[in-house]
Amino acid sequence: MTRIPARGSRLGTKTISFTFDGKTYEGIEGDTLASALIANGVHLMGRSFKYHRPRGAIAAGAEEPNALVNVFRDSARRQPNVRATVQEIYDGLKAESQNRFPSLAFDVGAVNNLMSPALVAGFYYKTFKWPAKAWDHVYEPFIRRAAGLGEAPTEEDPDHYANRYAHCDVVVIGGGPAGLMAAKCAADKGNSVIVCDENAAFGGWLLSDTDLRVDGMSGAEWAAAMVAELQANDNVRMLNRTTGFGYFQQNMVGLTERITDHVSRPAPDLPRERMWQVRAGRVIIAQGAIERHMVFPGNDLPGVMLAGAAQTFLNKFGVPVGERIGVYTACDTAYAAAFDLYEVGCEIPVIVDHRTEVDAQILKQAEDLGIEVIKGGHISEVTGRLRIGGIVVKSGADTEREWDVDALIMSAGWTPSLHLSSQSRAKPVWDETRGIFLPGESPQACICIGGCNGTDELADVFAQAAESVGGKAPKCKIEDDVSTSGGMSGATGDSLQKGKAFVDYQNDVTAKDIALAVREGMHSIEHVKRYTTNGMATDQGKLSNMHGLAIAADLLDKPIPQVGLTTFRAPYTPTTFGGFVGHTKGSLFDPRRKTPIHDWAAENGAEFEPVSLWDRAWYFPRRGETMHEAVDRECRTVRETAGIFDASTLGKIEVAGPDAAAFMNIMYTNGWDKLKPGRAKYGIMCREDGFIYDDGVVGKLAADRFHVTTTTGGAPRVLNHMEDYLQTEFPHMRVWLTSTTEQWATIAVQGPRAREIIKPLVKGVNLNSESLSHMSVSECEICGVPARLFRISFTGELGFEINVAADYGRSVWEAVWARAEPLGACVYGTEAMHVLRAEKGFIIVGQDTDGTVTPHDAGLSWAIAKSKPDFVGKRGLQRPDLVKAGRRQLVGLKTSDPKKVLQEGAQIVANPDQPIPMDMLGFVTSSYWSGTLKHSIAMALIEGGFDRMGEKLYVPMEDETIEVEVTGSVFYDPNGDKVND
Amino acid sequence: MTSVAKLVRSIPLNGFRFATDAVTIEAASPAARLSIRATKRGVTSLSKSLGLTLPADPSKSSKKAGRHALWLGPDEWLVVDEKLAAEDLIPKRASREFSVVDVSHRNTAFIVSGDDAATALNAGCPRNLSLKAFPVGACSRTLFGKAEIILYRTGRTVFRVECWRSFAPYVRDLLCEGAKDVRN
Repeated sequence: MTRIPARGSRLGTKTISFTFDGKTYEGIEGDTLASALIANGVHLMGRSFKYHRPRGAIAAGAEEPNALVNVFRDSARRQPNVRATVQEIYDGLKAESQNRFPSLAFDVGAVNNLMSPALVAGFYYKTFKWPAKAWDHVYEPFIRRAAGLGEAPTEEDPDHYANRYAHCDVVVIGGGPAGLMAAKCAADKGNSVIVCDENAAFGGWLLSDTDLRVDGMSGAEWAAAMVAELQANDNVRMLNRTTGFGYFQQNMVGLTERITDHVSRPAPDLPRERMWQVRAGRVIIAQGAIERHMVFPGNDLPGVMLAGAAQTFLNKFGVPVGERIGVYTACDTAYAAAFDLYEVGCEIPVIVDHRTEVDAQILKQAEDLGIEVIKGGHISEVTGRLRIGGIVVKSGADTEREWDVDALIMSAGWTPSLHLSSQSRAKPVWDETRGIFLPGESPQACICIGGCNGTDELADVFAQAAESVGGKAPKCKIEDDVSTSGGMSGATGDSLQKGKAFVDYQNDVTAKDIALAVREGMHSIEHVKRYTTNGMATDQGKLSNMHGLAIAADLLDKPIPQVGLTTFRAPYTPTTFGGFVGHTKGSLFDPRRKTPIHDWAAENGAEFEPVSLWDRAWYFPRRGETMHEAVDRECRTVRETAGIFDASTLGKIEVAGPDAAAFMNIMYTNGWDKLKPGRAKYGIMCREDGFIYDDGVVGKLAADRFHVTTTTGGAPRVLNHMEDYLQTEFPHMRVWLTSTTEQWATIAVQGPRAREIIKPLVKGVNLNSESLSHMSVSECEICGVPARLFRISFTGELGFEINVAADYGRSVWEAVWARAEPLGACVYGTEAMHVLRAEKGFIIVGQDTDGTVTPHDAGLSWAIAKSKPDFVGKRGLQRPDLVKAGRRQLVGLKTSDPKKVLQEGAQIVANPDQPIPMDMLGFVTSSYWSGTLKHSIAMALIEGGFDRMGEKLYVPMEDETIEVEVTGSVFYDPNGDKVND
Repeated sequence: MTSVAKLVRSIPLNGFRFATDAVTIEAASPAARLSIRATKRGVTSLSKSLGLTLPADPSKSSKKAGRHALWLGPDEWLVVDEKLAAEDLIPKRASREFSVVDVSHRNTAFIVSGDDAATALNAGCPRNLSLKAFPVGACSRTLFGKAEIILYRTGRTVFRVECWRSFAPYVRDLLCEGAKDVRN
């Protein structure tokens, strides 16, 4: 293992053991996977996406496009595409390379590299065109297999994730010198501050630079002092290992805090990650700049990397990236990296500078160290297979020289990171002299400082940081600050014509691909991007954007801003799904609503079904009963004796105020003027377009007060619909709406003996038909508590619905059951309720209607008041399409074979012998076995159904065709005598 | 069962309590609750009959002897009384100026207290709960994860969380998750 003991600002002392591709290695506490592997001489870390080329780490941070590995703790905890340059090692860490078979060193997929002429830009568009049939079995499976990198885990993620909303005056994204100074100045002014950094330690570039001195301290020392000061301030929250991944509306930024990914044995109660949703008064973006690579053939061989990355590996982790290191640059900072490496004993045989003019002082420094500098040169070729072995350098007309190297560091300059600024909707501004885009003014309250603002000198960075929060920077003495001046964008040498000079490593896009895209007519960078995939996916063009743009601009002979810059999408770096899910899984995925009577039902053997967010008792099987038998028994018992049913989930709205009746008149299709207090009515509500929106029974309690019921699933939307109309269309009406769904527990008691069951429990109203007739309501006392007692029926039998305050619901239910059980009555669930109502032809909104059914279509014309001047949906109902003949209408169906139960949703045709596709007349909406009638019953929406009574139609199924007869939809007690008993 | 003694209220999650060093979550005692909608005139007459002023400003509350009035909207309030029954609070005579609806049983409540109570709530509540932005006495109809709640700060480190009764288990579970995460 190669380490330089004097370097390594981030290293601890403990030795840590981990595996990569099954082989055990040792690293040091504080190492990233990449630094530890390089310390072990391992540069080869993965295979590229398209050509399966051997790749190593290019960078040392989050911008890494190549070294993507699979990290796993166990079979469920596997994460693909982890950047080796970000993942910290811990004892027992297991990592695997990706996109190779059978091994990283010998990968059969590398044949793609030889086939590369067929895999050029746009090859998807060119290759997979015909024959059309090949799509299903050849092309799509091929593309799907080739697409994506790494393998997603198949097991459920056992980790948990937390969510936290936070507010602060200032959020600072990036904890380098700019961010730390801004946080300090903001905190000094008494602001609440959150400052985050994606790395384990705050300090940014300061931790990679050993030359710089601030007030006599090294960068790392200065950063540590700042961190200590900020941590001592109660108004400041410091979040390390936390990525500001997205900038959303109204200064909402998303931060992902990684809590356990670096820990060997995390405490089980710790969340793996915590997502912070921060609403800040001001956002300070201090993301820094990302170094660009040089574009030349073979610039992707393991051992080739950014100069800044080499400096980081050396100074943060004590790891020299090679022994004999070449340099290829167009920027001054690579010299600093080279000198650092020279200082620790690495050989620097040559610095190839693409520029013809280089700062004399820097050249002097190189000369003093005996390092040869070639000005105006370029690398035309590299040698080596799994690791760089040599470079061929061209300068002037014909000179060509070779050097053996085991690493090559490069720098084409620094790109201000505009990701978050762009997400905040700021437009980048082109700086012609420096050849970079700078962040423009944002429509949101944010400001970019430091490297991401293109600011070079540290003194300027500090001043800017202070100014960004309206503060003043302390005076600092700054020495040996290295300038980032210089830089270039675009291809070098002949790389537009020859070899593979990578522009985008992650997506395997070469300079030639960009040139091809331009030749084939892609003249906007948005088109070039999509044609070549340059800057796509998780990389978001961190390294590649400027090069791609410069090549395209050059070929098009246009200035760069005219070719345009693509926008940057969130997230800045890949963000786990778990983080977005947060607490929202398991019992917290959605609320599961339960009625006050739920526990009784569970204790008494109910099976439940979900209805919107509710758990409803579905049926109550007795020992040994199938569902079918239980439902049959429940239906029969209701018809013969009685049954009780928990209807508490029904939506309920109290409509109160002097204009209550007028409001009901306008919201429902029915007329409400003549309804007397104490009476109830079935009401239908339409949307403006005339289609059925909801229905339910409404009781009039007083001249100015209605008890409205809605469907279970419709309760929230009906209240919103009413409130919306009240506030926007009818604000003159004095009426108020209050949701009372959960105020009342509702117990339906239905069947011939219903009256007998509840009679002894009721006080204050006579239950005979003279004082409480069918469709009426009474406020009385039941079991000694105030109740609203409806006499209504959704079964066709004599029926009551008891409403009592919910906290009494279970006690009253038990009292009713104590009366019902000895009489031979049963408790029934939603399935029996469905059968009983279907036997009567009562519709269920959302089952027998689908948002395209009018009251006329549903056979409910009688519920539309013709005399009313207006109601919501009246004009909609007059639209030509809604009155024309042949609309689908709700009818009953009887199967010719009475035992045959149709499938809900099955299509209906007139002629089953017609070749496929047949003309479909409609479909089955509800279908059940009716034990009472001893035959199956169904409802269906059928074209012109009302005029087809008695007609024979057909339901073609996979294995048979079922003959049906169109009937009316009321199958049981068509005269409706029973409800009036 | 024909003669029934006065039934006792059985509230959801009765007696529930969960505590960490920094946060305690408890089911609140049964209370009377009124949903009030009123015109300006109605406010005057109701303030008189209830014996406490219905606040006119957003997020404000008023209280008197265990009775609280929470501003929820320009014409909407929630009144919570920890002692009396709703029947004793509802005006006997109907009025053209207001609607008073008994929602005592519709809602249930948790008391969330402790130094990190606000942080625990921020696991699911997007509001700024600093004392500056949400001082003692502030109230708001807001979200807690996927549940609608009414949040009412009754002390520097004490909140009352009102929710619809069937959402109580969900609110309880998310509150516990939030409480467990505050010191990590």
